[in-house]
Parts: sequence; structure tokens; C-alpha cells
Amino acid sequence: MVNGQLSISGKPIGLENVSRVWGETIAVDALSIEIPAGSFTALLGPSGCGKSTTLRMIAGLESVSGGQILIGGNDVTGRPSSKRDLSMVFQSYALFPHLSVAENIVFGLKVRRMNRTERDSRLKKVADLLGLSQLLERKPGQLSGGQQQRVALGRAIIGEKPICLMDEPLSNLDAKLRHEMRLEIRSLQQQLGFTMVYVTHDQVEAITMADQVVLMNNGRLEQAAAPRELYEKPASPFAARFIGTPPMNLFPANAFKKLCTAPDFQLGVRPEAMHLQDSGPVSASVRAVEYLGADILADCVVADTSFQVRLPTTRPVAPGEAIELGFEPDALHVFDADTGRRRDDLVSEFGTLLRS
Amino acid sequence: MKMRALKLKRDWIHGWLLLMPALVFLFAFTHIPAITTLINSFFSTPRGRRSAKFIGLENYDRMVNDPVFWKVLWNNLWFAIGTIPASVGLAIVMALWVNEKLMGRGFVRMAYFTPTVLPLIAVANIWLFFFTPGFGLFDQITGFLFGWPASNYLGNPDTALNAIIVVTVWKEAGFFMIFYLAALQAIPVSLKEAAQIEGAGRWTIFWRITFPLLMPTTLFVCVNAVINSFRLVDHIFILTDGGPDNASALLLFYIYEVAFRFWETAYGATLTVALLALLSLLAIGQFFFFDRKVHYK
Repeated sequence: MVNGQLSISGKPIGLENVSRVWGETIAVDALSIEIPAGSFTALLGPSGCGKSTTLRMIAGLESVSGGQILIGGNDVTGRPSSKRDLSMVFQSYALFPHLSVAENIVFGLKVRRMNRTERDSRLKKVADLLGLSQLLERKPGQLSGGQQQRVALGRAIIGEKPICLMDEPLSNLDAKLRHEMRLEIRSLQQQLGFTMVYVTHDQVEAITMADQVVLMNNGRLEQAAAPRELYEKPASPFAARFIGTPPMNLFPANAFKKLCTAPDFQLGVRPEAMHLQDSGPVSASVRAVEYLGADILADCVVADTSFQVRLPTTRPVAPGEAIELGFEPDALHVFDADTGRRRDDLVSEFGTLLRS
Repeated sequence: MKMRALKLKRDWIHGWLLLMPALVFLFAFTHIPAITTLINSFFSTPRGRRSAKFIGLENYDRMVNDPVFWKVLWNNLWFAIGTIPASVGLAIVMALWVNEKLMGRGFVRMAYFTPTVLPLIAVANIWLFFFTPGFGLFDQITGFLFGWPASNYLGNPDTALNAIIVVTVWKEAGFFMIFYLAALQAIPVSLKEAAQIEGAGRWTIFWRITFPLLMPTTLFVCVNAVINSFRLVDHIFILTDGGPDNASALLLFYIYEVAFRFWETAYGATLTVALLALLSLLAIGQFFFFDRKVHYK
């Protein structure tokens, strides 16, 4: 603690071919990720993709079937969680119901037998930082969801651990509170400087908060990148459809007459990247229209492939209408249908073919 | 106006009719006997043609001066001290153990609960064999291991009560374990994990998290254990019959003897009032004592 401020220097975390297997089920399959010191990394993926298991393995609450976990360059794979120098916020907050807010927050300090004056001064700082000063004597059962969340945060940061893990901490809050807590957690992390690993299934949370998003699917790493790169250059069709609402449209290459000669590729265009363009490369028929206020979401069909397009409200379209759509050359994504890999080398070639 | 009054009256009758079955049994088996007992304790025992007559506090005077009463009360106190902490402690330890992931967990749980399922008389007979001097299980073990001579645990005034304490602890611990097991399973695993991450060891987790969260169960179990320790009578019939020299007689057993063997029903009623007063005091005291320490969700 310098000049009465909480300050924490983060530590990097490295996962090398980490696996977790239960009998026949492979929850996490040879996962390798690098989490830089002081960064905010979100583990993102659908339910059951192994993101929580990964977090619990980093925390030491789950044993590792194979591979290595490094914290600050040291192998901690076999160490119990108390020896890993990290803190964690649980989805259910895991506050001790019989202890007051103050006792909950200083629980770890008491366990480590920190002296009373130091403990009290830290408690005061954390309570001020999180706006809990008036609630210190209450029991967790007497607090609202947002206040409980703050207590859990307080317990995590008071130990000044270099790493903080969070397991879907906002999923029990309502939408408005979730937005507030998102900003609060992010600013807290930037202010204090610890390394944050944050598990979520909500792409908005991941995109808005994280420096790095680790997208997982079926226990495997799908893509690890900054939010902007994840949106602009998804590495696989899964990543392309997981990020963005509505998801990216994927077409088999032969949906377009001009690309009949091309072998099996998947083409992707985001709904918001398409616009009405006379004699554009995509001739589609409108099936249904959703009016969203700011714009229109139109369900269209081209060669048996349905897709969505976001259109301005200025030019209304009706179901049954035939429209022609176009997009900017760099809005096209090409994926290999066999390997699922991104093929940036083919984008310009296909773009020219479509436009010709 | 009249209609409304009539309807009100009918609701009232319905209400009492619905309460009736429960009330009848409650009064017939609890309240009326209790009050009758209290009244009887101020009268003399009716004998033949001599009907009971009011004698005021004479029965209570006799009780205070009765050495056997003080003996059985002391026995009962010792019995409670011997059984309650031991059975409750054992129950917690067993519950913690069978709550872990271990081989044959279902079997172990069942084994612990068996003493509760077995009929009391059968249990007492089995233990009678264990305690038999010479060829009983205990004597065979101690004789084989340490070469001790045969000892009559139930026949010796110094050990008779302790032998019954052992049987009672064995019987009660499994029953209390079930309550602790249920309470343990209601504690979220994430609390333990959160404490682990904060650096707490198993011992700290137990004393700072698990044990305080088990307090409501502990209160319930303790109230039950206290009541049981004053209610126990059947083991004594089979194992020692209160002997030798009242060394293993407890209060309720003494009441039974006085009332239904010596047929001094009035004095029996007096002793019963003393028992009831003691039990209510203990129950109230426990609630006040624990109230500050128990956290209910």
C-alpha cells in the first residue's frame, strides 16, 4: 500500500496444454492461453464449453488432468488454491451468511493473522472505495443483490492479491445494475492494476470489459484476441456467429451463381455490413421484417440459405419483395468449409468475382 | 345484520370443529394429565377406602428430604453430561466423514443409522451380551489384549451408569448424525471454496464456517438430547434395573418405580412435577443461551 492507496501489481498467467477429463467427457482439451500481467481477460463461450472449469483450474479448486498452469512464471499446477496468491468472486458471491459485511471482507486477513490496525485501515479503504461504509455491520441476508456483489468484490480486493478471478459475477443482477457493475468492475481493475480473469457467457460483457477475449467452444480454444479483432477478423465460423447480434450471416459459396466454380468455402457477411444496392451481388427475397426503431431487421433468403440484414428505416421493405444487396469489399469473410479456418488470402479474389 | 351475525357464528363453529380432533388428543394426552399430576402432587395417595386428602406441600417436603431422589437426580446430571457432548460430537464427526466422497458411502451411512432403527429392547439385549462378565465381548477383548480379569461392568456401582452412557451414546450418535448430514448438505460448496481461496485450512473452515452454520441443527439436537437424557428408561430395565443400589437409576426410572411398583402415586406425581419443571427450565434456558449464537438463514 503506497500513499494510503490500494495498489496491486498483477502477475501473468500461462496455461500450457491444460486438460480436464472426467471419465469419457473431456471438459477442457489441451488449452493453451497467455494472460498478460495487469490485463483484463474474459473467458467467453456457450454453456458447457469448459470456461468455468478452466477458471476453477487456475484457482486450484479443480485438479488438472494434463498440462501446466504458470502464475508469474512459476509452475503452480500442483499447489492448493491458498498457495496461488489469488482471489476469486463466485457466481453466487459465496458470502458467509453468519458473518457481518466487515467480517466477510476481512476474513482472509484474519486467517493470515494480520494485525488489527492494518486490517482496520484496509477495511476502511475498501469500504470507502466500494461505498459499503454504512453497511459494515449488516449481515449478507440484509443486503440487495448489488450490495452483496460489492461485498464479494471487497473480499476479493482487500488481500491485494495480484490476480482476481471472477465466475459470471453479474449473472444474478438485473439489467440496469449489471451495466453499472460492469463499469465499476472495469474501472476498479484499471485503478488497482491486478490481472483479471473473468468468465462470462455474455458476449456484450466480454466485448465491453476485456482487453483480451478468450473464446472457447467444446473445451477447445476457438480464438484469443482483442475484442475488436474478434469482431472484425473472427478466426472461425463459430467465432463469427458467437460475436455480434444478430450473428454473422454464413453462406455456402455456391449460394452465389458467380461463385459456382469455387470449391467448398463459407462466406460470411455481418448483417450490419450489408446495404441495399441496385444490381448488387446478392439477390434475395424478403421473408419477414422486424421493426426495431433505429433500424429494420429483415429475414431474407438467397438460394435456400436464410440470412438477416440490418437496413435503415428510410427505405421500407415488405415481406415477399425481391431486393438486391451489396457490401464493402473488406466486409467479406471467407472460411474453409473443411478446416473451418479463416482464409484472408481469398477475400479479394472472391470479392472481385462477386462484383463482376 | 342478523344474517351477518349468523354467518359469523357458523364460521366460528366451523373453526372449532376443524381444531377439534387435534385439540382432543392434545388435551387428553398432554394438558389434562399434566394438570392432574400437578393437582395429585398436593394430595395423599389414596389407599383402599381411604380417599386422597389435601396435604399441601408435604409430598414436596418428602422429596427434598429423600436421599434417593437426590441420588437419581445426580445420576441424571452425570448421565446428561456423559451422553450429550459425546453423542453430539460424535454425530458431527461421523456426518463430516460420510459427507465426503468415499467408497461405500451409502453403506457407511446406513451402518451409522442402524442403532436408531433397531428396537430398544433388542439393542439392550445385545449390549447385555457385550458386558457379560467372563465371556462377553468386552471381557474377551480386554482379556486377550491386556490380560485383564473378568469384570462385571453392569453389576459394579462404579461402572454401571457409565456402561449405560456408552450404550446411549452409541444409540443416539447415529440418529443425530442424520440431522447434521442434512444440514451439511445444505451448506453451499462455494462457501468452503471461498474460504479455501482466502487461505483457510480445514480446521479454520470447520470452526469459522461450517460449525457456525450448523448451529441451528446443534440447538435442535441439543434440545432433543437433553429431553432424551431425562426420558431414557427402557435400557435401564433390561441392563441393570436401576441397580446396584440405585447406582444406575435415573429420574424417570425412579418415578416409574415409585408410582407403579410401590404404588405411591401421589409421590410419583410430585416427582413428575419436578421432572417437568426441570425439563421446561432446560428447554427455555437452551433457547436463551443459544439464541445469540444461532444464525438462521
